[in-house]
Amino acid sequence: MSFLARHRIILPVVSLAVLLAATFYMQPRAMSYFGLNLLFNLAVPIALATIAQMMIIMVNDIDLSLGAFVSLVACVTATFLHDTPMLGLLILMALILAYAALGALIHTLDLPAIVVTLGMSFVWGGLALFILPSPGGASPDWLRSLMTVKPPFAPMAVVASIIIAVVTHLLIMRSGIGTVLRGVGGNARSVERAGWSVIRLKALAYGLAGLFGVLAGMALVGLTTAADANIALRYTLLSIAGVILGGGEFIGGKVSPTGAVIGALTLTLAASFLSFMRLSPDWQIGAQGAILILVLTARLIFRQKGAEA
Amino acid sequence: MTVLTKPWIWSCVAAAVAYALILGLTSGRGAGELAYAALSFGAFAAIVGLGQMLVITLGPGNVDLSVPATMTLAATLALKAMGTDPGTAMLGLVIALFVGFGVGIANYALIYFLRLPPIIATLAASLVYQSLAIWSNRGLRIKPPSGLADFATGRFLGLPNVAWVGLFLAIVVWVVLERSVWGRWLLATGQNMRAARLAGVPVELVRALTYISVAVFSALTGYLLASFSGGAALNMGAEYLLMSIAVVVVGGSSIAGGNSNVPGVWGAALFMFLVVSMLNSYGAGAGVRNVLTGTIIIGIVIAASTRRVRA
Repeated sequence: MSFLARHRIILPVVSLAVLLAATFYMQPRAMSYFGLNLLFNLAVPIALATIAQMMIIMVNDIDLSLGAFVSLVACVTATFLHDTPMLGLLILMALILAYAALGALIHTLDLPAIVVTLGMSFVWGGLALFILPSPGGASPDWLRSLMTVKPPFAPMAVVASIIIAVVTHLLIMRSGIGTVLRGVGGNARSVERAGWSVIRLKALAYGLAGLFGVLAGMALVGLTTAADANIALRYTLLSIAGVILGGGEFIGGKVSPTGAVIGALTLTLAASFLSFMRLSPDWQIGAQGAILILVLTARLIFRQKGAEA
Repeated sequence: MTVLTKPWIWSCVAAAVAYALILGLTSGRGAGELAYAALSFGAFAAIVGLGQMLVITLGPGNVDLSVPATMTLAATLALKAMGTDPGTAMLGLVIALFVGFGVGIANYALIYFLRLPPIIATLAASLVYQSLAIWSNRGLRIKPPSGLADFATGRFLGLPNVAWVGLFLAIVVWVVLERSVWGRWLLATGQNMRAARLAGVPVELVRALTYISVAVFSALTGYLLASFSGGAALNMGAEYLLMSIAVVVVGGSSIAGGNSNVPGVWGAALFMFLVVSMLNSYGAGAGVRNVLTGTIIIGIVIAASTRRVRA
């Protein structure tokens, strides 16, 4: 195995560094505390959502309902959590449990996750519409101040991303249970033979996804101070792209939490970078797609290097 | 027993139940209009569903997420070229199909040359198509030529013209899948790509043609839908992403690939329209409607899986 293939994390790191350098070259004033904060402002909820998606991809499934789920959480946060904190907290915990139950159901009945989550995206979206038929609500004050806190040295978004990366790295890559969870994606049967209950592990992975989805929705409301039922629909695709950009694979339990967070930062930065380029708004979305393709093309180099060795 | 074991029967039964429930509410009034509307709107879902079904048949991980962007791009360019001038319907159709062909080639090129997972490749490419569509029409809504609009909203022998197109394509796809070498190749590739390759199936050619087919089907749907609804809109394809996957699965095709179901796609397309009409006629709001739609999709998938376990 070559150096590059063994250290898959290099690709996301290099992509982010190149994009960041290009952004600073275009707009030197971005190279400041305030500038960085603006660049990565919306990265925190996206990073959390990407981690949530990673938990699902880790066990060889894919979640097409994540965007709708984060939107629902945002709606709950902006209404119940703001008005009646206890009830709001209970609802959010129930949502996490619902995710865990979903994982158990998918495993027990051997259902295709892509379809079940597709159906769930209607359910979450419907509930969100039910709670908040028109945009509105308000962020709980503590959440607002948490998301706009100004730590020394580095802006909030950067500090939060590092914390998310470290915590999930310890949980997934370093801890015993994390290794077993990745084992479910690698070879569920051998994990089962080793005496683990795969159904519980799947429920745990989905529950973790639910937890990070809830955190993503809360972080989003803390930043936007209001919510609507469609606020985070694009997170479904963003989170999948973030996981893959971060060096994750759709099968085999090969994921990288640090990579996923960096992937989410890269996607956020791509949007900021394009607005600095004064690109016509018509092409902004397309250029984002092009950047995505470009970065993923770089994976080829890693693959082939790995194959030659 | 033979009919009941067919996976496609369930979506048709579900569609019939939804139809009966609506008529139960209206005590039989509007039966013809309802069936006509279901066939019209169902046709669009059925055509994109047929394309998506072919891709899903290719096996795990194969799905085209660029369906909505392809629909929008094809419709936008076709309507722009026609510019409401009479007698340009064929020109528009050729342009739409050509766009579909190009999109299919581009998608497959990303998958093959860059070895991207199809989900990511079609997702990233769809962003580019979306931009192209935005750039080319700048939010203008160009009306389709009146002859074409009449065709898209018209009827023949009591059935909507778009339904005839959808039925014709369903039969073509069914014959190709069941009776042609290419169809057998596609199913073999979906069941086990490695085994198919070793058996001499030109696997990559099959995959390429499949990705081109889904894009052409999406482009055709976009063209028809824009003519039907009086112009292309940038968000016209949005609901068809989930719809195209849902009709395939509800229709009884295996999401793991290698097994497809043409009649089921039509049954599911009708069902998806009817269930929304049913909830509407029972006075459900948008929120309740979505929750129930999602629950029903999951319920059908669970029902299908328990049947599979018994068998």
